[in-house]
Amino acid sequence: MSTEQNSSQSQSAEDKPIIEIIGMHKWFDDFHVLKDINLEVRPQEKIVVCGPSGSGKSTVIRCINRLEEHQRGQIIVNGTELTRDLKNIERVRTEVGMVFQHFNLFPHLTILDNLTVGPIWVRKMPKKEAEELAMHYLEIVKIPEQAQKYPGQVSGGQQQRVAIARSLCMKPKIMLFDEPTSALDPEMIKEVLDVMVDLANQGMTMIVVTHEMGFAKEVADRVIFMDFGEIVEENEPFQFFDNPQHERTKLFLSQIL
Amino acid sequence: MAETTHIEEIKPPVTDVGVIGWLRQHLFNGLFNSIATILILGFLVKVMPQFIQWALIDSVWFTSGQACHQAEGACWSVITQNIRFTVFGYFPYEHQWRPLVAMIILVGMLVYSREWSRWNKRLGYAWIFSLFVMGLLMKGGLFGLVPVESTKWSGLPLTLLLSFFGILASYPLGVVLALGRQSQMPIIKALCVVYIEMIRGVPLITMLFMSSVMFPLFLPEGVTIDKVLRAQAAIILFTAAYIAEVVRGGLQAMDRGQYEAAESLGLNYFQMMRMIILPQALKIVIPPTVGILISAFKDTSLVVIIALYDILNTTKSILSEPEWTGFSTEAYMFIAMIYYICCFSMSQYSRRIEKQLEYKHTPNQEEKPS
Ligand SMILES: Nc1ncnc2c1ncn2[C@@H]1O[C@H](COP(=O)(O)OP(=O)(O)OP(=O)(O)O)[C@@H](O)[C@H]1O
Ligand SMILES: [Mg+2]
Repeated sequence: MSTEQNSSQSQSAEDKPIIEIIGMHKWFDDFHVLKDINLEVRPQEKIVVCGPSGSGKSTVIRCINRLEEHQRGQIIVNGTELTRDLKNIERVRTEVGMVFQHFNLFPHLTILDNLTVGPIWVRKMPKKEAEELAMHYLEIVKIPEQAQKYPGQVSGGQQQRVAIARSLCMKPKIMLFDEPTSALDPEMIKEVLDVMVDLANQGMTMIVVTHEMGFAKEVADRVIFMDFGEIVEENEPFQFFDNPQHERTKLFLSQIL
Repeated sequence: MAETTHIEEIKPPVTDVGVIGWLRQHLFNGLFNSIATILILGFLVKVMPQFIQWALIDSVWFTSGQACHQAEGACWSVITQNIRFTVFGYFPYEHQWRPLVAMIILVGMLVYSREWSRWNKRLGYAWIFSLFVMGLLMKGGLFGLVPVESTKWSGLPLTLLLSFFGILASYPLGVVLALGRQSQMPIIKALCVVYIEMIRGVPLITMLFMSSVMFPLFLPEGVTIDKVLRAQAAIILFTAAYIAEVVRGGLQAMDRGQYEAAESLGLNYFQMMRMIILPQALKIVIPPTVGILISAFKDTSLVVIIALYDILNTTKSILSEPEWTGFSTEAYMFIAMIYYICCFSMSQYSRRIEKQLEYKHTPNQEEKPS
């Protein structure tokens, strides 16, 4: 009986959400971008967010690492509530990696330096160790041979993989992706998605804003559909795509498929 | 296959290469350029022989002022006979080797430091040591060197001193002001805005006047601050405000994504600025920054109005001696040359820095719209 209790306890500990968003609202001046967002993400869960342009997808995930401030409700990331007087937002951010649509690599640094800047300055890691770590992740994203080049010297797909590796170097618990493939030429999309699928298979907690339905079906535990700043529908991927419940979801899916 | 080799064998038309090609491309490229070239050539043909006659053939070089008045051409004697006063001014005659050595150290250190690969701790210590030696040479008072009042510092050493420290101190101060102006904290922001706008609303001459005439009135009795130091402070505070505005432009040109990427890695404000934002923003604004630094260098000559004798002013006082009146062209040409050498070196150096900092990319991958 005691063992049972133990296991159920550890079970519940594991199931404790790593991200909790409760009744969250956000305004840009008078414009109500996010309306009553509720979302729980458990460790190792993969969530895909989709929805029409301007529906607030980016804004939601940018609130999770506080690139944007929310005005009402709660956001709790890895046990820390994000509030205005949170002293150490940097600590939360080191736990949350973010990959942007336009890569946002640092153009004045080599690819290797792009990867080591975080570990060296935030994690206070010795330079040599940081470089070994960086090379390790460059191998994971399959471009170790580009380490000494500058971001401007490699292709878009490679840049995005560097950006993923840069986030991974901080050993985050959560990875956020904001349309990571939508600025890429079609032939480069797959190489980035492959890296993301590998990452998902290794158990990373991921929230991915994307319209790549193949990716959603392959890795997502849940798909969330947003429209006009609200979460309209939330379902596991096959249900979501094959049997959407809401009119707006149906309309959206008919437009993108 | 055969076709491509065939194409490679065709040479470009003669008019595109060689001397004719060069001339066409650089001097006669279109109607406007051709007219300009002809006009300039005509002007040179008319003016140059006369100038050479005056400056070289009929000129006198090492004579007294009287002999100069007899000569047809240029009187370079005004420079050669007065070189020590022009360069060192009122610095005691028998000790003028001291500012000379100080200047040689300064120039030597600057030239050595031009390569970034040489910047390390040792060079830093070397700079501290040389600044100490230079100060000692100028001021004296230790190791048997006769003390020399800073009011006696004049000529080229004064110009270099004011410019060197003016540039050295105003640049970081300007960067801090620019960051302050972008600050989220309203008080800091307001202070920086007020400071920058106030300084920019006032000419340097006024600042120098205030530093030399008004400022001492506010000091308690018995406290005096060195006049050179006050002029130096005025130049620094003035230049910094202009640097701040240029740097702000660079900060505004930065893509927001760079801030966001740096923040999402967990870098704090100072790390982000130091590692990510400033290296890029300052690089963008190198050309206007150097413009400001060059004009700051030239503006040091305004200290003449608070009776400091920089190299321009020592020259003027020579020209006011009866023996040498009337030779201002020659004297000012010499001063112009000194200023030109300094300013030109600065702009050349800045171009080199820009080249070194150029981001490397392969062009064709850049073009693709996203
Ligand atoms: N900084 C801002 N200030 C004011 N309005 C903003 C700001 N950022 C975004 N918005 C607005 O908020 C709404 C939601 O933007 P968001 O970027 O989250 O949409 P999205 O779902 O990510 O769209 P997309 O698919 O185009 O990326 C949009 O209408 C946008 O115009
Ligand atoms: Mg978006």
